[in-house]
Amino acid sequence: MSTRLASQGRLIDRSKTIEFTFNGKRMTGHAGDTLASALLANDQMMVGRSFKYHRPRGVVASGSEEPNALVGLNSGDRFEPNQRATTTELFSGLAAQSQNHWPNLEFDIGAVNTYLARWLPAGFYYKTFIHPKPFWKHVYEPFIRQSAGLGKAPDKELKDADTYEHFYFFCDVMVVGGGVAGLQAAKAAAASGAKVLLIEQNAHWGGRAPVDGGTIDGMEPGAWVEKTLAELQAMDNVTLRSRTMGSGVYDHGYALGYERINDHEPGNGAPRHRLWRIRAKQIVTATGAIERPLSFAGNDVPGVMLASAMRDYVVNWGVTPGQKVVVVTNNDDAYRTALALHDAGVEVVRVLDARSAGGGALMEEVRQKGIRVECGRAIAKVKGGKRVQKVSICAQNGVGGAQEEISADAVAMSGGWSPVVHLWSHCGGKLIWDDAQVHFRPDASRPPLGADGKGFVLPAGSANGAMGLGEGLADASAAGSAAAEAAGFPAKNVAAPEGVASDELPIEPVWLMPAQADVTLRMKSWLDYQNDVKVTDVQLAAREGYESVEHTKRYTTLGMATDQGKLSNINGLAMLADSLGAAIPDVGTTTFRPPYHPISMGAIGGEARGKVFQPIRQTPMHAWHERNGADFEPVGQWRRPYAFVRSGESVHDAVNREVKNTRENLGLLDASTLGKLVVKGPDAGKFLDMMYTNMMSNLKVGKCRYGLMCSENGFLIDDGVVARIDEDTWLCHTTTGGAERIHGHMEEWLQTEWWDWKVYVANVTEQFAQVAVVGPNARKVLEKLNAQAGSGMDLSAEALPFMEWRDGKIGDFDCRAYRISFSGELSYEIAVPASEGRAFWDALLEAGKEFGVMPYGTECLHIMRAEKGFIMIGDETDGTVIPQDLNMQWALSKKKEDFLGKRAHSRSHMADPDRWKLVGLETVDGSVLPDGAYALGEGVNANGQKNMIGRVTSTYYSATLDKGIAMGLVKHGPDRMGEVLEFPGTDGKTYKAKIVDQVFYDKEGAKQNV
Amino acid sequence: MLILKCPYCGVDAEETELAAGGEAHLKRFGPGSSDDEFHDYLFMRENPKGVHFERWRHANGCGKWFHAARCTQTLEVFGTYSAQVTEPPQEIRDAITAKRPGWTWREFE
Repeated sequence: MSTRLASQGRLIDRSKTIEFTFNGKRMTGHAGDTLASALLANDQMMVGRSFKYHRPRGVVASGSEEPNALVGLNSGDRFEPNQRATTTELFSGLAAQSQNHWPNLEFDIGAVNTYLARWLPAGFYYKTFIHPKPFWKHVYEPFIRQSAGLGKAPDKELKDADTYEHFYFFCDVMVVGGGVAGLQAAKAAAASGAKVLLIEQNAHWGGRAPVDGGTIDGMEPGAWVEKTLAELQAMDNVTLRSRTMGSGVYDHGYALGYERINDHEPGNGAPRHRLWRIRAKQIVTATGAIERPLSFAGNDVPGVMLASAMRDYVVNWGVTPGQKVVVVTNNDDAYRTALALHDAGVEVVRVLDARSAGGGALMEEVRQKGIRVECGRAIAKVKGGKRVQKVSICAQNGVGGAQEEISADAVAMSGGWSPVVHLWSHCGGKLIWDDAQVHFRPDASRPPLGADGKGFVLPAGSANGAMGLGEGLADASAAGSAAAEAAGFPAKNVAAPEGVASDELPIEPVWLMPAQADVTLRMKSWLDYQNDVKVTDVQLAAREGYESVEHTKRYTTLGMATDQGKLSNINGLAMLADSLGAAIPDVGTTTFRPPYHPISMGAIGGEARGKVFQPIRQTPMHAWHERNGADFEPVGQWRRPYAFVRSGESVHDAVNREVKNTRENLGLLDASTLGKLVVKGPDAGKFLDMMYTNMMSNLKVGKCRYGLMCSENGFLIDDGVVARIDEDTWLCHTTTGGAERIHGHMEEWLQTEWWDWKVYVANVTEQFAQVAVVGPNARKVLEKLNAQAGSGMDLSAEALPFMEWRDGKIGDFDCRAYRISFSGELSYEIAVPASEGRAFWDALLEAGKEFGVMPYGTECLHIMRAEKGFIMIGDETDGTVIPQDLNMQWALSKKKEDFLGKRAHSRSHMADPDRWKLVGLETVDGSVLPDGAYALGEGVNANGQKNMIGRVTSTYYSATLDKGIAMGLVKHGPDRMGEVLEFPGTDGKTYKAKIVDQVFYDKEGAKQNV
Repeated sequence: MLILKCPYCGVDAEETELAAGGEAHLKRFGPGSSDDEFHDYLFMRENPKGVHFERWRHANGCGKWFHAARCTQTLEVFGTYSAQVTEPPQEIRDAITAKRPGWTWREFE
């Protein structure tokens, strides 16, 4: 059984006991435990069930590479699925639940899949659920979705209770990994004066060295770590962060660090995670190496563990996963586990070394302790369901005929070590296959390149394939110095510390155990624990023609789980290479992509949530709107009142009231959000003639003109009223959402095409508050303000005719008054300095009382413009509509040689007489057409779908006319006046509407020209 | 996350400060051009593995457009320069030649 040892455990504080629960069961651990070590200390061997076959699974690793021990952590608004027990530091009150089983961990219905495994190979879903076609959507997919998935998603109604933040950091050298290699690399880099950042994903420094032993400069590795850490902490140019993982390396020296600030003491008030957004001139990856499992039957039974992980549990946390342990290996390093177990008083029943000649000095040391070592031998099969019970032993060079069966309750396996090359590879660093060490390692001659074309990542230590303690320290020291030098800091001569560890004999590759294992063994030999991929699945993929490692990955799902194949990838591609008869380097690796290890969505979002996610733009009158029933709608980054709803009214009621009142009395619209661009300069007229489809250069000072803008493609992009302010100056109104875009559009053409034209464009949208004073009483209320002040501009039809503007005073307010109308009513749009917007609004409301004043919102604006047949950018246009489609040929200048879009309008498809054109639509029964509905034509298209001949672009209930009105684009529409079209709605009804003139109200314009 | 030096304000701007503007040195064809010329101007673009010329705007900075010459394969930046030229300046071409002898891009070399 798995228990806490009486001694050992360098990371735990036995004086501090911590209570936690696993599946509701109360357990205890010590300060310094991970959830994994605490579970093992409580003999919780089985921690979850596998993804596909629901096999019992236990802890395999001791770090972020762990594939099995995934749990749901905490509850309510702090619940998070798929958290690794091996990287979860224990805290008081921790509540973990195992995943992937029903009804419970011990007894699971889905485990029946393991007996069906023969019929559930790789590609099973692809092959099986093809026919009959309709079954996919209604039968197969819902069923598969129900049974698929890892962990449970958090409750969608709950908001994450924690806060997160981003942090920007700039340095000369960033060192990832706080093992002895990372510490030495940081020390070497810092000695030259470079600004150094050193990050370590774990809470403790020193990596594996204190567990693996040896000496550094004659000291125990742990003591050397303490000393070096203290030296680094004393340096002003060094920043150290533990619990911070190097998550990704990106272009030009950008890197992400993922700091888990308070996962180990949640709710302490600090942000939970911090995303470090780092710019480093040079990056040193001292990310260490990860041990590989061996592929033998039953290598996934709880109790089978990586040899290095078992050593970690003994030395770091004083926990042994078993009392009778079998060690199986193809290299010398696993003997260290046998020694650690033996030293801790645990019985090592056998060491099986697949190499026929066995190992070197470490093997001799193990033998001297009286432990039985057998060479050229292998595990045929591990027996046991929820924990290891027996191990049958065979010759490595055989088919797996068992020669002996021994009792054991844990197995420590080692298939060799793979350098952690992820960060090196993220941005294009290439790998080479090292035949002697049996792994891929960074190819120093092909690093990721920075903006200057030179490498900006340097691998160091075992991450660079320098596997021994001495070699690793020397390599890291050189990498640190080289990084500082490349960052512009002449290298100081830093002596590498002398690392001494036992000499090791070479590893021998073992990709399958035993080498000729028969199919019954191979189909129980797991490669990818998390996604349940077996040796036979990869062999099947190869037989079915998946020769590319990337295709095999996707077909079998090897390495596609949340651990991204940290344990499985090399074994899997070696198996693929073997099946294809190819060399491993010729098969190659899959692509390494960030993040190295899953990071929280909260950290990615940082502070950008709620109100901070996207700041809201507010007009000077916004606060009044908020207090007066405004039902807001988003328009770009603004919030505009859709309607001002009074108590007892529905929104719809309010809109109808606003329409009627504006047509009959007086309405006020906050039009401040409309874009206002000043275009100024000797060439401004020439420039605007290119920007607009109609002529703007000949506009007289004091007058206004409505203009259209097209892209170079000919499509409508914006519209608005342009006013000529003086000889050199025009003011262009844009749509609310278009101000920044059109400003950018103008700048682009000015800067990149007509840069010799003397024109300046300024966006003054927020400098002015603008109010549309609309309705039969519009002039009266403004004249009243003038009368109250004793003076003011002449607002008569003669002094300020339609489509003109004047500067002056209205009442006490400096203003610019435009006589323009988007409603068909008598209308003044009055711009005042933004600082006086609210006062002007209040003055109009006060003075307007006797004239029946009411503010109105955007829906009223929309309805009134539709009653008049005016188009709206974004309703009548969608990026594929040209002015001709909207019957606006009148706005296309024939006098101008050129304007943006002119050439495009003569392309054959643009000039096609079959293009859908704008018409008015009126339902036969007065109801309102559904928005976006399509008109049915005759026949079907090549896909068997009904032909469509038009669509609704704007549709409203008109309170003025008491019926539904709409506009739409219809094939040959203007030639089909009076025809009735059918519009099927999504509600199952079919709406009939007659094609009519698009102007529904006051076609002569009598109301606005007064 | 590229870094490009804005030739106007001199800032080493990170990609989040920049807006990409597609291929550089397009010649505008307007009224009077043939259908093929106009079609190519609107739609046909280079897609090189290697040397490329692009337009960028220092959108969240000084607001100016500029040109960048860089390698799409290695992300190496050969130089940035004014948007107000119709072809890459000689010093940019020389800088590319020093790193990629024999390069060509459209009619330039």
